[in-house]
Amino acid sequence: MADRSWWQMGVLDPQGPVGHAEHTILFNATIVMLGIIGPVIILTLVFAAWYRASNARATYWPDWNYSGSIEIVIWSVPTLIILFLGGMAWIGSHDLDPGRGLASPTKTMTIEVVSLDWKWLFIYPDQGLASVNQLVIPVGTPVQFRLTSATVMNSFFVPQLGSQIYTMAGMVTTLNLLANHAGTYPGISAQFSGDGFSDMKFNVRAMPAADFQQWLAEAHQANKPLDAAAFQALAHQPGKIAPALYSSIDGALFSNVVATAGQSALTPRPDGPLVRPKMNGS
Amino acid sequence: MLGRLNWSAIPFDQPIPLAAFGMIIVIGVAVLALITVKGWWPYLWREWITSVDHKRIGVMYVLLAFVMLLRGFVDAAMMRSQLALAANGAQGYLPPEHYDQIFSTHGTIMIFFVAMTFMVGLMNFAVPLQLGVRDVAFPVLNSVSFWLTAAGALLINISLGVGEFARTGWLAYPPLSELAYSPGVGVDYYLWSLQISGVGTLLSGINLTTTILKMRAPGMGYMRMPIFCWTALASNLLIIAAFPILTATFAMLLLDRTLGFHFFTNAAGGNAMMYINLIWAWGHPEVYILILPAFGVFSEVISTFTGKAIFSYRSMVIATMAICVLSFMVWLHHFFTMGAGADVNGFFGIMTMIIAVPTGVKVFNWLFTLFRGRLRFESPAYWALGFMVTFTIGGMTGVLLAIPPADFVLHNSLFLVAHFHNVIIGGVLFGGFAGYTFWFPKAFGFRLDERLGKAIFWCWFVGFYLAFMPLYVLGLMGATRRMQHYDEPGWQPLMIIALIGAIIILAGIVLTIVQLVVSIRTREQRRDTTGDPWDGRTLEWSVPSPPPPWNFAVQPIVDGLDAWWAKKHQTGKAYASDYPVAIPVPKNSSVGFFLAFFAVILGFSLIWHIWWLAGIGFLAFAAIGIAQSWIDSEEDDVPSEAIIAYDRAHGRGEAQA
Repeated sequence: MADRSWWQMGVLDPQGPVGHAEHTILFNATIVMLGIIGPVIILTLVFAAWYRASNARATYWPDWNYSGSIEIVIWSVPTLIILFLGGMAWIGSHDLDPGRGLASPTKTMTIEVVSLDWKWLFIYPDQGLASVNQLVIPVGTPVQFRLTSATVMNSFFVPQLGSQIYTMAGMVTTLNLLANHAGTYPGISAQFSGDGFSDMKFNVRAMPAADFQQWLAEAHQANKPLDAAAFQALAHQPGKIAPALYSSIDGALFSNVVATAGQSALTPRPDGPLVRPKMNGS
Repeated sequence: MLGRLNWSAIPFDQPIPLAAFGMIIVIGVAVLALITVKGWWPYLWREWITSVDHKRIGVMYVLLAFVMLLRGFVDAAMMRSQLALAANGAQGYLPPEHYDQIFSTHGTIMIFFVAMTFMVGLMNFAVPLQLGVRDVAFPVLNSVSFWLTAAGALLINISLGVGEFARTGWLAYPPLSELAYSPGVGVDYYLWSLQISGVGTLLSGINLTTTILKMRAPGMGYMRMPIFCWTALASNLLIIAAFPILTATFAMLLLDRTLGFHFFTNAAGGNAMMYINLIWAWGHPEVYILILPAFGVFSEVISTFTGKAIFSYRSMVIATMAICVLSFMVWLHHFFTMGAGADVNGFFGIMTMIIAVPTGVKVFNWLFTLFRGRLRFESPAYWALGFMVTFTIGGMTGVLLAIPPADFVLHNSLFLVAHFHNVIIGGVLFGGFAGYTFWFPKAFGFRLDERLGKAIFWCWFVGFYLAFMPLYVLGLMGATRRMQHYDEPGWQPLMIIALIGAIIILAGIVLTIVQLVVSIRTREQRRDTTGDPWDGRTLEWSVPSPPPPWNFAVQPIVDGLDAWWAKKHQTGKAYASDYPVAIPVPKNSSVGFFLAFFAVILGFSLIWHIWWLAGIGFLAFAAIGIAQSWIDSEEDDVPSEAIIAYDRAHGRGEAQA
């Protein structure tokens, strides 16, 4: 980050094709609209200044209230711009549909994401491991995320990679992203989810394929399995937690979380309502 | 006996809310004591609390909005100062469980009890006068609407010192707002206070819609109504259509929370996403409920201060009604990131953009009203010009957010926060202030201080840009909303600029109070003896300031747009020349006040599960409502001598025609 200006971050500094495309759309749409709102703002100020009551040289037409040609212009100019931007929205919605796979010579990798109170669990089903609050991906490999929540709704968002998507209990959303460059990119929950929300962060470490393989090998040696008990312990672990790794996984964990709509992560209280564990600290 | 209520409900361990609540109590007791010592109760009771005069009710709405603006602003100042401090590992001074209540309260209060209340107040005051009628369709119901709104506002403020407020954000999305995740009373305070005030809003919407549809002055066809009346009609139609959705949605969440239903829970087949759809099916029309009356105010102000008819009245009406209809077809743009699929997202993105067309037409219409006008730079005109510049920027960022792939990276970010403050402050609030300054002399018979009025405008204008332009940038830099602290040191300078903006806005708020005090003290020099201080165009300027309880001594007859302007320039028909023998004026009614009193008791006991008290509250509420329907003498006749005397006292002779 040191070689970039302080404001070059987040959405302004895309590191993958999705983020790039969205950055381009933002930029283009802004320019198109500035083409109309710029003149409107300037004309407002110019008209207000020139047609001030104290200006004796300005023309005053108290009863003038209609002009067919102006009428045509003021309806058609916004309509044309909206036609253009509407086309951009329609095409963009399809091209950048979060569920749409990304074209790449490299095979797509799947990662399952579970939002918990208040941390992120990333499960690598094909590699057989999982991580908490850190997401390691190989550069240049399309990643298909399948996301759910074991608690309230959150939104999975890595601003520099592009699109965010909600995580919802009992439902699975899909998001496709790709990192073009190696680096560390902050990830957040972009949907308020309770008191610990502000610390619900993770880093995306995008690394070259060889480094990724090495990371996998090291991770497998950790000897810390993610079984049902470990998941319960994690789900109820209070406070801000440091990134952690699980060397093996229960392959059905993600589908179980979806099937139970997050109920497995709640503590039943004897007198009725389910209560979420209280966060320690702060 | 007291349900969930016990001493632990008082936040003794939290000095900030406790002190704030203590201060509210001290100020409240002091005000009540002053009223008692001065012996003002009979006057207040007779002239204000039980008044069913739409002008008085309008004034009380605006006063309530100002009081709640103070509360909502304190919350805003706390958020801004917290975020200016809590960078790079620092935690600031507000822990999450308190901070989360503050942003929830801020949003709830600012939308429901400031913006909404302000607009309803202006409509209440001005619409019947502009229509040339003597009151709204249902005057007593109008008083009930106001007092129920006030009851909701009171309940929200009680939550400051007794219990807690919601920690869920201003729309209380489930499952976070469900009992499993929010077991406290905060969400119940949120739900019950908005249920109560929502009934008031719905009744007010029915009242004003009926008034506009059925009670216009003779000759005032729809296409002769002032633009403000058109925007009020659109806004109130939206209230009638949208508020029942809100009430039903909240009712379902209340059933979940109170009786163990599963509409929106994670478990047992509930679906929280239904709530999110429903709340925005209300919530997006709500945005237009707020902005349309503001558009109307600006239309009146620009036309009046340029001394020129509004450009293309017909376009303005078409654009207003187009917005009214389209506003129901865009709600999904609030959650493009739910994963609905490309066709659905694309459709709602385009529908959202289509609203920009009639809105753009309106901006052009105001622009061409300025063209070849003769603009007098008085403070309402400042607000209007400030609005045209600011709102256009907010419109642009709104269209950006309507492009689904752009929204995928901007959703829930501080960019979004900047956008909606851009349109709500730059649109609704500026419109509120424009209307307040514009109609103040009509309401009270003297003008507000002009120099201070301009200073207030500049504080809000500059303060707004300083407070919210940095938020646009922060959103692009990846900052999301509702965070209580952040790690990125690069964000802090912008957060500090935003805080400075908030401080400048504070100066504007303080000056608003100063302006009111100064203007009242020097009111004798500011008297509006003509009834028409701004060289107005519509019928409210044809009557004395303040208008008599019967509004129009002589029924105006309308034969075109800008009826009062036409009459001043002798192109309109003369009004009927004879004073009527007597004018029926509705009697005072205390039913609104007492209904609200029991509504507060009912709401409070339902929040705390004090069932016996809820029973009493409900029975009393119902009994008053039923008793009201037996009252059959609702009007007093004001004799023509009294009418003539009022006109003489306000500088008008019998020969008004």
